[in-house]
Amino acid sequence: MNWQIALPEIVLAVCACAILVAGVIPKRDTTFPVAMACIGAMLLAGVLVLMQGEGTGFGGQYVADDFSAFMKILALAAAALSLLVALDWNAKEGLNRFEFPVLVLLATLGMMVMISANDLMTLYLGLELLSLPLYVLAAFDRDNPRSAEAGLKYFVLGALASGLLLYGASLVYGFAGTTNFDRLADALSAEGGASAGVVVGIVFIIAALAFKISAVPFHMWTPDVYEGAPVTVTAFFSAAPKVAAIALLVRVLAGPFGDTAGQWQQIIVLASLGSMVLGAFAAIGQSNIKRLMAYSSIGHVGFTLMGLAVGGESGLRGVLVYIAIYVAMNMGAFAVLVAMRRGGRAVEQVDDLAGLGRTDPMMALAMAVFMFSMAGIPPLAGFFAKLYVLLPAVEQGFWLLATVAVLSSVVSAYYYLRIVKVMYFDAALPALDARPAGVSVVLGATGLFTTFFFLFPAPLLAAARQAVAALIG
Amino acid sequence: MLTIGLAHYLTVGAILFVLGVFGIFMNRKNVIVILMSVELILLSVNLNLVAFSARLDDLAGQVFAMFILTVAAAEAAIGLAIVVIYFRNRGTIEVEDVSTLRG
Repeated sequence: MNWQIALPEIVLAVCACAILVAGVIPKRDTTFPVAMACIGAMLLAGVLVLMQGEGTGFGGQYVADDFSAFMKILALAAAALSLLVALDWNAKEGLNRFEFPVLVLLATLGMMVMISANDLMTLYLGLELLSLPLYVLAAFDRDNPRSAEAGLKYFVLGALASGLLLYGASLVYGFAGTTNFDRLADALSAEGGASAGVVVGIVFIIAALAFKISAVPFHMWTPDVYEGAPVTVTAFFSAAPKVAAIALLVRVLAGPFGDTAGQWQQIIVLASLGSMVLGAFAAIGQSNIKRLMAYSSIGHVGFTLMGLAVGGESGLRGVLVYIAIYVAMNMGAFAVLVAMRRGGRAVEQVDDLAGLGRTDPMMALAMAVFMFSMAGIPPLAGFFAKLYVLLPAVEQGFWLLATVAVLSSVVSAYYYLRIVKVMYFDAALPALDARPAGVSVVLGATGLFTTFFFLFPAPLLAAARQAVAALIG
Repeated sequence: MLTIGLAHYLTVGAILFVLGVFGIFMNRKNVIVILMSVELILLSVNLNLVAFSARLDDLAGQVFAMFILTVAAAEAAIGLAIVVIYFRNRGTIEVEDVSTLRG
């Protein structure tokens, strides 16, 4: 048994247990050291992922390759950034409990298991290990009715999605005779391999994963949960779990179900079209910026799904590049949202940003960069993200997808630019509270990445190409 | 003499699954009923897996069912905890009242 394949996850699990014990023993407040220890554990896991060899372990249930390494680094980075952003805000809102970083760490462990899953069982366990901490995190502000409601909604719909996934997995197991991805691929590539039962199972599994990445028509929980949950939790929700769920979707659809592409491609195309259009139009009327970002994230998921629908080497590379750039600009935008506090209270309306261009020029500049980037304006990173999924779509003749993508991108530019307009041209409100150091660090790092990506795109593109090559061989 | 075959198990599993899904969406009364519906869905899956496992003469399905039972226990614990904090905040667990967040 080749247990070293799971070494980063084992280290992360041991660290999580140790940190939990270490955090609960002292009488005084241990949130800060616990959070630093959690970030340290993530860094350690990241180093181990980079040093790791390739291969499968645990009877073929677990796989480590370039694709899993790429996605794991991305998920770890997103989780660490959201922890860095969260600390100060949680302390000021009276959410200074050391369980927060530990829950984030456990959810990250779940993501890594998902990304490395090579069997329906591992897939399910990873997904649940991710979901259970997320339910708790959504309800983390437990004395706030809105947070409790967000947790309740997320739990009910998340449990339903898990049920759909399992029902699909049971059908695939029954009709294909195995749960292992490699053996599934063999069974389904045989002549007449995909029976009706398997196809129904695949559809159930896609529906459950679409719920996790909040693609239309399984998006309805997203705005409510994003708005109700504390903003630091929303910042975490909007990036890291999406990376893991997209990784899983790509691995499942390009791997074991790759030969049944004819059966699922239409579903992904429809989900992509619906997500892009809904993300563009539903966000227009929003005044709450967390809700606006929720619809914006649905739109971005639509773009990533476009790459998956097109498929092939270039399409999947587009997915990976898109999700990496999305993580950077999304974490940056949420760092601004976290910094939105006035007079010691958190504010979350778009209009609360009024006059930020005069009261905090640096943060306004960073936010403007993220908004322009999300709208897809060159030469910012978001433009290249969209370019690398649009090009394969045009090359492969997916004209409907490409047209809708460009049009919805134009429509969504309206609400991104409205934020810029509010910041620079509206009558100034009193200045926001001084931003904490963690927010400034994240703002600087993601802002520089988003602005100067066009100068150094090669490393990310090369890593993405290598990851896709590991996936489709 | 009627023999009980795979199709019968799958039919019962499908009926339980549909009951569970409808229980979540049609129920307008109580959040606890939703938790029960979730358990119903998981049990229908377990029934499916065990029936397939017996038919295929392969243990993986039964192992899978064991994992599902374990995770379902953890999930129910978290679900009930969330229902408790929701009740503390709002003083009710009527499904129709879960609608502060919308728009």
